[in-house]
Amino acid sequence: MAKFDNPDNIKVIVATDCGSTTTKAILIEYDNGEYRLKSRGEAPTTVEAPFEDVTMGVLNAVQELQELSGRQLLGEDGRIITPSNGTTGTDVYISTSSAGGGLQMMVAGVVRSMTAESAERAALGAGAIVMDVIASNDKRLPHQQIERIRALRPDMILLSGGIDGGTKTHVVEIAELVSAADPKPRLGSGYNLPIIYAGNKDATPNVKETLDEKVDLRVVDNLRPTLEEENLGPAREEIHELFMEHVMAQAPGYKKLMSWTDAPIMPTPGAVGLIIQTIADQYKITAVGVDIGGATTDVFSVFRPDGQTPVFNRTVSANLGMSYSISNVFAEATLPMVMRWVPFDMDERDLRNRVKNKMIRPTTIPQSLEELVFEQAIAKEALRLAFIQHKNFATELKGVQQQRTIADAFEQTTSGATIVNMMQLDMLIGSGGVLSHAPRRQQSAMMMIDAFLPEGVTRLAVDSIFMMPQLGVLTEVQPSAATEVFAKDCLIHLGTCVAPHGESKKGGPVMNYSIELPDGTVTGTLNHLEMKLFNLGVAENGLPVTAKASFEPLGNFDMGAGPGKKIETTVHGGVVGLILDGRGRPFDLSSLNAGDRVKYLTTWFKELNIYPELPA
Amino acid sequence: MAHAYTPGLKVTENLTVEKRRILPLKGDVLVKVGDTVGPDDVVARTLLPGAVQPINVSNQLGIPPEDIDSVMIKKEGDPMAEGEVIARSVTLWIFKSESKATISGTIESISKVTGQVLQRAEPTPVEVKAYLSGTITEVIPNEGVVVSTSASFIQGIFGIGGETHGQVEIAVDNPSVVLSDDLIKPEHKDKILVGGSLVTAAALKKAIELKVRGIVVGGFDDKDLRDFLGYDIGVAITGSEDIYTKLVVTEGFGQITMAQKTFDLLRRHEGESASMNGATQIRAGVIRPEVVIPAAEKAAEETAGDVLGLSIGSPIRVIRHPHFGKLGAVTGLPPQLTALESESKARVLTVKFDDGSEATVPRANVEMIEG
Repeated sequence: MAKFDNPDNIKVIVATDCGSTTTKAILIEYDNGEYRLKSRGEAPTTVEAPFEDVTMGVLNAVQELQELSGRQLLGEDGRIITPSNGTTGTDVYISTSSAGGGLQMMVAGVVRSMTAESAERAALGAGAIVMDVIASNDKRLPHQQIERIRALRPDMILLSGGIDGGTKTHVVEIAELVSAADPKPRLGSGYNLPIIYAGNKDATPNVKETLDEKVDLRVVDNLRPTLEEENLGPAREEIHELFMEHVMAQAPGYKKLMSWTDAPIMPTPGAVGLIIQTIADQYKITAVGVDIGGATTDVFSVFRPDGQTPVFNRTVSANLGMSYSISNVFAEATLPMVMRWVPFDMDERDLRNRVKNKMIRPTTIPQSLEELVFEQAIAKEALRLAFIQHKNFATELKGVQQQRTIADAFEQTTSGATIVNMMQLDMLIGSGGVLSHAPRRQQSAMMMIDAFLPEGVTRLAVDSIFMMPQLGVLTEVQPSAATEVFAKDCLIHLGTCVAPHGESKKGGPVMNYSIELPDGTVTGTLNHLEMKLFNLGVAENGLPVTAKASFEPLGNFDMGAGPGKKIETTVHGGVVGLILDGRGRPFDLSSLNAGDRVKYLTTWFKELNIYPELPA
Repeated sequence: MAHAYTPGLKVTENLTVEKRRILPLKGDVLVKVGDTVGPDDVVARTLLPGAVQPINVSNQLGIPPEDIDSVMIKKEGDPMAEGEVIARSVTLWIFKSESKATISGTIESISKVTGQVLQRAEPTPVEVKAYLSGTITEVIPNEGVVVSTSASFIQGIFGIGGETHGQVEIAVDNPSVVLSDDLIKPEHKDKILVGGSLVTAAALKKAIELKVRGIVVGGFDDKDLRDFLGYDIGVAITGSEDIYTKLVVTEGFGQITMAQKTFDLLRRHEGESASMNGATQIRAGVIRPEVVIPAAEKAAEETAGDVLGLSIGSPIRVIRHPHFGKLGAVTGLPPQLTALESESKARVLTVKFDDGSEATVPRANVEMIEG
């Protein structure tokens, strides 16, 4: 825990994120009444041979911070100096880690869509990679399940099942399967595999009897005490505890690193989830964050299905990424879906080979414009597919008994509907190379709009240098520093997308607008399939310039207040600006014929200044 | 980053190749340090615990789980044969119900909470072979061995299928020739066949029919790969494909002339025995496919293989469009970031290709040709 009782005494902060390949360090200082990022450094991670000591990479990254900032951070004893004194040292040192493959878990429950799904949500929310979900009704035979558990070597297992006071048999049966498989931990053989039991409390003695001798069993409160209630907190905390105790303690140098930090080391995705939840909480907004990497794509969201209580979800699309998994994106999305975003012809055989060559040589970059357009088309599909998975996972609790009235019977709603409501989404944040390092920021905005299809008024931003993990763990120590740096230095504010919901078969106007831009008010009409860009930028302090605006959707088009109902709102600027998207929602580019598709794509690219002159 | 270019694949005449041959779980090592082994020699062996099959006896016999002991004929640890009665209940002296073993093995456990009986099948033997012709240089007790050999070594970029071995045979005149089905003959049975710039789907099919053990070639078409396997390889983790003929691709996807150096090395060793492995994993802990040709005698090791970095004159291969597959030498290494056609800013180099033309290419898009 933080050693500072008063977070306001914290004036200097050093935070690191130990990734699989790179250790990234940031230095935050309190200066002139605000917390700001002062510098950042990075160095190769040193978990693997020949170094086998994570702290070497940390010290190298901090050394770079020291050189760039001029603040002396390393003492003669080779340790980070604490606390700060003038121009030396730091008040707090914290870290996250995903080195060594991150936290790998298996989860088990009784019913796939109920307790097993709640367990999966708990594990993902804690920042784990879920290797498999075992459930009584997962369509595998018991011996196949046992074989699977035996073959996996997770860092830990989360076992759930049954509501408190309900039947015990099924959850004990699952415990027996786990016991029969006699699973072994991934790292090291000198300790028993940790298993967290978070199921029916009445079955605890039986689960203990079945598993206690073979594994390191921990018991926490049931994560589904009743059908109507999910209680993921205790299971998540125990996962973090065990992550520190077992997984981190096994990795080379981590014991030393753990003794340096002022807060527990957190799994990197768990920390990203934390900063997104903190931001949503502080600004009372809904938010979606996406991190598209080489192998996987993580999606985080905070929505308020009842209009009040925030609900957090995280999903990992294990095989949707831009290098190692690029070929899988292509296979899952299919060629026509990728090529619909490309306004020129390419040969299929050649394209397939190009995708595979990127997969086997993942560090290459697009040199030609044609390659860039193609790579960004694949990114749109990877993001779209990852978001579909997220929407299917971020749902209301399944299996909940609902009281129905006659009116409900006509609405046909069922339990387990997605809570992702694009009209309610306030902010969309992207990170990962293809979004953070696109040559033009307009391209990042366009990729996010085309993939996520935001509705109504949605702010867009990208994480400039993937600082979200360090800021996530910082929320545990000094939350206001975390949110201040997040808004001013971490995010590159792209602007706002304004997109009315509705469809039009005959074209024509979809929305009237009036926007009080700093250099004068603009009014006009947005037509169907039209996109417009207005200049609305960022202030010197890094925060977006705002403008008052009114949007009046026409016909069946809706801006959130109902079809044809006008809204008055404040829009935020950014390095791209204010984008009006008249393509309607839902929007499917494939529905246009080939000629129109190329014509419109070219027009949108031109209007939003997405690319230089494209090949014919 | 220290290196903006991709380190190249190793292609070398003399190298000490060491392979760890480890059991999936502890067992017996059958050789000792100093022993000479061939690729098919078994070096370690163990017994894999049998699969577990549960049966719910209390459901089958209609009795409460807590009464299960009263019906069990077999106890925990008892052996049983498939079809043998393991539990029996008798109601009113005449109505008999029975539970029979569904596999041969032993009774693992009997649960009074669920009424479930776990049956454990007989263990299965697992053997690890030497894979290489060489010498045992280390024994890891109960786990396996290290086999070492002095060999010529070629790393590929991508492969399919696991391990095999056979005599090297060159099937084409030069490295730019396409290995088509008419070049594959019955006498190529059991051989490791070297092609040129591409192997066609028809050629690979014929190679499998004729029991060619392996093919080493410059390129392969992704479309053919998909048609051939019946599915698309989504992530580059291969090695478990069930195909007789293993494949090692040295340059990449599409038709790409095999590097002359690779082709020449293979040609020099035509007729010699080689081991090859198509297994590829392009993630952290990268595994590349390989061809290992053990030498009859230990030769002096090449030391030129340690590449310090790119410099003027370094031989390189471009590994991305628009110059994909072209070979050349570095002519300039401007230090500043340069804007590409895609408007990305990157560190670049200038290269003079073997055909005399010149180009500017991002350093990330070239790989060193290593010795």
